[in-house]
Order: sequence, then structure tokens, then C-alpha cells
Amino acid sequence: MTHDFSNLRVDFPVLDQHVGGHPLVYLDNAATTHKPRSVIDAVARFYERDNSNVHRGLHALSMRATDGYEAARARTAKFINAADPAEIVFTRGTSESVNLVAQSWGAANLKPGDVVLCTEMEHHSNLVPWQLITARTGATLRYVPVVGDDAEGGLDLEAVDRLLTPEVKLFAFTHISNTLGVTNPVKELCAKARAVGAISVIDAAQSAGHEMVDVQDMGCDFLAFSGHKMAAPTGIGVLYGRRELLDTMPPWQGGGGMIANVEYAASTWKPAPERFEAGTPNVADAIGLHAAIDYLDSVGRPALGAHESELAQMACSALSELPGIRILGPRPGSARAGMVNFAFRDVHAHDVVTFADQDGVALRGGHHCNQPLMRKLGLPSTIRASFYLYNTPADVHALVASMRKILKFFGAE
Amino acid sequence: MSDLTDLYQAVILAHNKRPRNRGKLPTATRVASGDNPTCGDNCTVYLCMDGEKIGAVSFEGSGCAISQASASLMTTQLVGKSPAEAESTFAEFKDIVTTGGEPEAFSEIAAFAGVHAFPARIKCATLAWHAALDALKQPDRPIDD
Ligand SMILES: Cc1ncc(COP(=O)(O)O)c(C=O)c1O
Repeated sequence: MTHDFSNLRVDFPVLDQHVGGHPLVYLDNAATTHKPRSVIDAVARFYERDNSNVHRGLHALSMRATDGYEAARARTAKFINAADPAEIVFTRGTSESVNLVAQSWGAANLKPGDVVLCTEMEHHSNLVPWQLITARTGATLRYVPVVGDDAEGGLDLEAVDRLLTPEVKLFAFTHISNTLGVTNPVKELCAKARAVGAISVIDAAQSAGHEMVDVQDMGCDFLAFSGHKMAAPTGIGVLYGRRELLDTMPPWQGGGGMIANVEYAASTWKPAPERFEAGTPNVADAIGLHAAIDYLDSVGRPALGAHESELAQMACSALSELPGIRILGPRPGSARAGMVNFAFRDVHAHDVVTFADQDGVALRGGHHCNQPLMRKLGLPSTIRASFYLYNTPADVHALVASMRKILKFFGAE
Repeated sequence: MSDLTDLYQAVILAHNKRPRNRGKLPTATRVASGDNPTCGDNCTVYLCMDGEKIGAVSFEGSGCAISQASASLMTTQLVGKSPAEAESTFAEFKDIVTTGGEPEAFSEIAAFAGVHAFPARIKCATLAWHAALDALKQPDRPIDD
């Protein structure tokens, strides 16, 4: 069954507006996506009818709030095929999820001589937490390089084999790069990590809301993603962790909701996931995440990912004909995830983004939270167009037309 | 509704296309850098003092048309000025880019008035100026390569 992607725009109230006198063409989805009416309504309904704290009240509203929050956890577990809802920890987002693993698992397990391996294409969120914890524990941080002047070869898989030595205790890598549009062979990477006894951490920020993510099939130990990048509200995210690992990990924050018993001298902890959710959780947005998952699955993830990737390839091919353009990641005509990142020789990214905005085209310009990679590629700043289920070929045409206009204005044609 | 031709005035486009005083100044005795971490723009300003006045200025770095043109124009404005005069020129420039006002006397810096309608770009326009004022506060010393 193929879904009709031509009219999903009507499900997203925010898209019904003009910017600069033009209908909004929103192509900054890798930064954050918009929310469908059903998600906005689910959050509003919670505040209007069920609002209460969870896991502590015995009254009707508290029970409804608790049920809603735990149903969201169970739905999320099913969404990524986790074996047990207890393997789902709710966080604020990908960044917090990765920091949790670093601060809890990392602090308890890393020591001098150990190696944490990550990759040159990691978002700062899956890089800086490893810098912090390796500096604190005396472990060493190493990077798998990317291949090619425009990183068109993706991750250097031979280097992975070379770098995955027995000293490596943890291997952290992204599923889909937010800068390159490259999809990494995560199942293979998890297997290689396991072979040397390292645990694997997948950054699924750019994949979870776009394609099928099956943690058991991938064989990962941890997987992190953000609700706001997949049609859910901001402020809610997920850390999946294998049960055996989560149960051995110490808490990383203390507070209400995570304790079994508190004495003045010391306390004991609840098992996962509560152990890692100190304080009142973000109940409303977890319920919003549940609604977003239902929405995405009603569209169907495999079709959704294929749609975005088709738009990105269409954009990549059309843009590649513009003078002085440099495109990162897969070459035109090759498979790519739903985004394209590029730079012009003659016009700076910020000027491009300001111009496109006047045409109602929302793009991202900058280093995309990937400064070391951009530096390596010799690009201080690039332009990114990223697609989601509500985008259409007409949006690609608007993008390309706007780019042509800009090049003309700056006399770069 | 602000037009892009207000932002990208001919003077700005010309300075962007052919920047003045770009590159390292071999005789420089003061240098300072600034960057804009959210967008990756950076700018280094080199100064050579001539007594109490600025004798020569140059800049290096990368960034958008606004930041490059602003740096280029700045180098033409600062030569011959004392640190106090440089500061008051910057104050006037900052006023123009944040309010859209006009300079007191005729000056090319008027071309930057359109920036005020694009608040996200004000930092681009002031980047080089901040670096220059930082450099002015330093003692003279040889600049190592
Ligand atoms: C690949 C990747 N990882 C991590 C993040 C961080 O996500 P968040 O800011 O929601 O924590 C992002 C998004 O900015 C991303 O694209």
C-alpha cells in the first residue's frame, strides 16, 4: 500500500501560513518537525481533562495521568520493537539520553586505558558527552573517519575494524547523519562492537521518525531519539537501553520518583526506567509522543522514509546543476536520507538563508552542530534543506527557483 | 515589509565582492579575533598604530556578505582615528544597524541601515567591529606568524 503524500500538509496547522507573502515551504525538518493536529489535541486534552502528577496520587485524575504516561511508554517500546516497556526511559531528547548513558554507564565503567569510539560525523550531542566523560574518567576518545572530500564515501568501514580494539568499551554512532544525509549500516556496526565486547549507542535522532527502527534486529545496547524531530512536542525524548544494562547502572540524577527507600544516611533505587526519571516527568508531552507515533504509523514509516528520500534525491540532482555548488554526502543519483546539505562558492550560507526566507522557504544555514566535520571539509557554513512527510515536489521546485534567484542577485550565474 | 535590496545595498555587495584591506597586515602590532559560534563566522582584525592613531587596519576571516562587507568598510573608516574616535564611530554604526537611523555626517556606513529589519543579522554586521575594539585595547607587541 502506498500512501498519498500530496495532502498531508492539511494535518499540520502551522503550515497554513504565508511567510514573505509566499505560502510557507518548510525545509528545516532535520532541526525540528511540525506537529499534526492530533498531537496538539492530545496534549491539550491532557491538560483539559487529566492533568495530574503520576505514580503518586490515588485520585481519578492521577490514575488517568499515570495510565496515559505508561501507555506512552508501552507504545514507544512497540514503535522500536523493544522487548519490554521498562527499557524505555523518557528524557528531554537525544542530547539528554546520550548524556545519561555517559554520566551513568560511563562513570561506572570507564577507566584510564579504556577507549570510547565515536565517528567524525557525530552531532555535538553524541560527541561532547563523550569528551566530558572520557576527560573525567581518564579514558581515551577516538573517531572513525569519514571518506572523501565531500564525505561522499560515508563512514570508513575499514577503519572501524582497525579502531575496534579490545580497549574499546563503548562505540557511539549515528544512524542517519544530520549533516551528510548518509545512513550508516547500524546492524553491522553493533555486531562489530559486540565482537570486541564493546557496548553500542545509536543516535537515532534523524531516523526514528523516518524509517523502521527495530532495536532487537539492530542489536544495539542503547538508542536515543527526540520527539520533536518526529511530529511530537519538544521536551520529550527517549533512551532505549537493554534491560540487563539499565538495571546495573547507577542513577545519574536524584529526586522524587526514582527511589525505593530513603534514609538520612543513604537511599536505594527503583529499577529502570524509574531509576532514571527523577522528579515529575513530562507527562503531557509523553502523551503527545504517543499520538505522534500513532500518526506516523498511520502513514507508514517505510513509505514515509522513501518519500523523503525521493524528494531529497530530486533536490540533490536539480541543485547539482547550479554554478559553484558543492554538495555533501552521497553524489546526485545515489541513495540519500531525506536531506541535502550544500554550499555555494560565491554566496555565503547566511545570505542564502536570508534570501530564501523572503521567498517563504525555511532552510538551515550554519555548521549544523557538526563543527569538527565542517572544519575537516573546509566549510565554515553550509545550507541544509531537509524534508518530511508533508513536503512535496512543489517544495523542491520552490527551493531550486529560490536558489537560482539568489545566485543571479549576487551575480554568480 | 523590508526588501532585500535594503539589506544588500550596492555598497555592501561591492565591498563583499572586492573587500578592501583583506589579509594579514605584516606590520601589525595588535590583533584580536571574534567569532559567532551559532553560525561559524569568524574575523581577525590586525592593527598597526601610528602614535596615538590607527595607522593601518586589515582583516581576515570568513562569513556572509554582511559580515565581510562590514569588515571591509570598517577598515576604510578606522585609519587615522584615535581609539576614542574609533569607539564613537562604532557606537554610531551600532545605532544605525539596530535602529535603521542615519549617520550624522555623510558616510558609507549608512548602507548598513537595512540590517535593522533583519535582527538575526545584526551580529554579522558588528563582528569585525568588536574584534577591532578588542585589538585597540591591547598593548603593542610583535605579532608572531
Ligand atoms: C543526529 C542528531 N543527533 C542529536 C541531535 C540532538 O537532538 P536534541 O537537540 O533534540 O537533543 C540532533 C538534532 O539536533 C541530531 O540531528
